[in-house]
Amino acid sequence: MIKNIFIEIGLIWRFAGRFFREVFNGRFEFNEFLRQCFYIGNKSLPLVAITAFIMGLVITMQSRPTLVEFGAQAWLPKMISVSLVREIAPVITALICAGKIGSGIGAELGSMKVTEQIDAMDVSGTNPYKFLVVTRVMATTLMIPLLAILADAVSLYGGYLGCNIHGVVSWDLFWNQVFDTLVFADLIPAIAKTFFFGYVIGIIGCYQGFNSSKGTEGVGQSANSAVVISSLLVFIIDLLAVQITDALHLN
Amino acid sequence: MDKSKEHILNQPLDAVISIRDLHKAFGDNKVINGFEFDLLRGENVVVLGKSGSGKSVLIKLIIGLMTPDKGVIDVLGNQVQKLNTTQLDEMRVKVGFLFQSNALYDSMTVRENLEFPLRRHWIKKNTSKDEVNNLVMEALTNVGLPHTVDMMPSELSGGMRKRIALARTLILKPEIILYDEPTTGLDPITGKEISHLMLDIQKKYNTSSIIISHDINCVKIVANRIVMLIDGKCYATGTYKELENSTDTRVKQFFE
Repeated sequence: MIKNIFIEIGLIWRFAGRFFREVFNGRFEFNEFLRQCFYIGNKSLPLVAITAFIMGLVITMQSRPTLVEFGAQAWLPKMISVSLVREIAPVITALICAGKIGSGIGAELGSMKVTEQIDAMDVSGTNPYKFLVVTRVMATTLMIPLLAILADAVSLYGGYLGCNIHGVVSWDLFWNQVFDTLVFADLIPAIAKTFFFGYVIGIIGCYQGFNSSKGTEGVGQSANSAVVISSLLVFIIDLLAVQITDALHLN
Repeated sequence: MDKSKEHILNQPLDAVISIRDLHKAFGDNKVINGFEFDLLRGENVVVLGKSGSGKSVLIKLIIGLMTPDKGVIDVLGNQVQKLNTTQLDEMRVKVGFLFQSNALYDSMTVRENLEFPLRRHWIKKNTSKDEVNNLVMEALTNVGLPHTVDMMPSELSGGMRKRIALARTLILKPEIILYDEPTTGLDPITGKEISHLMLDIQKKYNTSSIIISHDINCVKIVANRIVMLIDGKCYATGTYKELENSTDTRVKQFFE
């Protein structure tokens, strides 16, 4: 059991490392990359936006009573802006994408594997890793940070509405407080970690799909494993990121 | 000297594929166990055997999708195991492969499916769109389906998908075609049409083919020669009539 886990980790590590060799090797499949950016970025946008809005609203409403108890409700925009931008929006975006994109990639490549489409690509002289994996991993690595920035903005807007449900905070005052509080040391580590989230979501989805077997049952398993492993890795990266930012005195 | 060009033992002059002492095992299961075979230019050879006897493995070894444990595979004067990735791609231009499941790309139209092998091997910067379109339409006309060019694979019937897969195989004008169970899953009439289409292709382009099949009707139509793959070896070889009249019970049971 433990031996199998280590073997699997080794195989994932090798598969992930191959990305860096293939990305600079030969011609880049630009059209496929753009197509994947559209599917991964544009098609995930409404789901990420709705979730981020709800999270912003709910967190504001739930934080308010505690702050009111201490007479500190004026700090509400400051508090929610830090928590949303540093942690909640990036992690929620990554988890939504692990569910939607990771499972989609795992199932798509898994069904391509079991219906011999990946072999057909190989036989027709196209490197399937470069065409399928490099383009998808590049797209997730670049689109998830953009989605996270969007989630920051939408969740803060949700926070603004949340502040105004039981009180009155003007548009200008809210955003002045938000931008007074936030510094680059909040924003940059938060965005930087989303590149890693995007990379692992893409790699794990592709790895599971590429190694799919046992027909349609295997495709289901690939999609499922892609979500479970990439979600777990998102939390592990988040844990490492907070240690690094702490060590760099950016918290 | 390029090691992939070394000659192999007792190779007939007009052989396009020669296999010597080929072995492939999955764990303890030896699916190919000392297989030897020559495919001559312009002939259709059917490899006949039970399900799970290693027929599909054999052609995947020939095209380089799998690596043999031991033995030599020579395709058009190149030893497959010794080819690097670029040389393997060059060899694959001359060897078409029709997959059992057709392996059409679900997310692409018929046109895009046919253009896919072209863009890697043929489409150069100065190739016009008209030239590419002509090649696509020619391949589709060969299989009688020019009207499906903008359709998605999911809109096609099983027989049509098989024809489109065949058109995609033909578009690079290969010298050798490897067919993996080309009539499996088709009704007898469509199966017969596909078999005749394979025969037409052989005549029109003078291709050599290895056809993996256990559909006796297809075998009867397309085979110039039959090779029986039993116990991982070339158990018997001959024309349809010779094997049909064989007294060997293991051979005879395929023709009953």
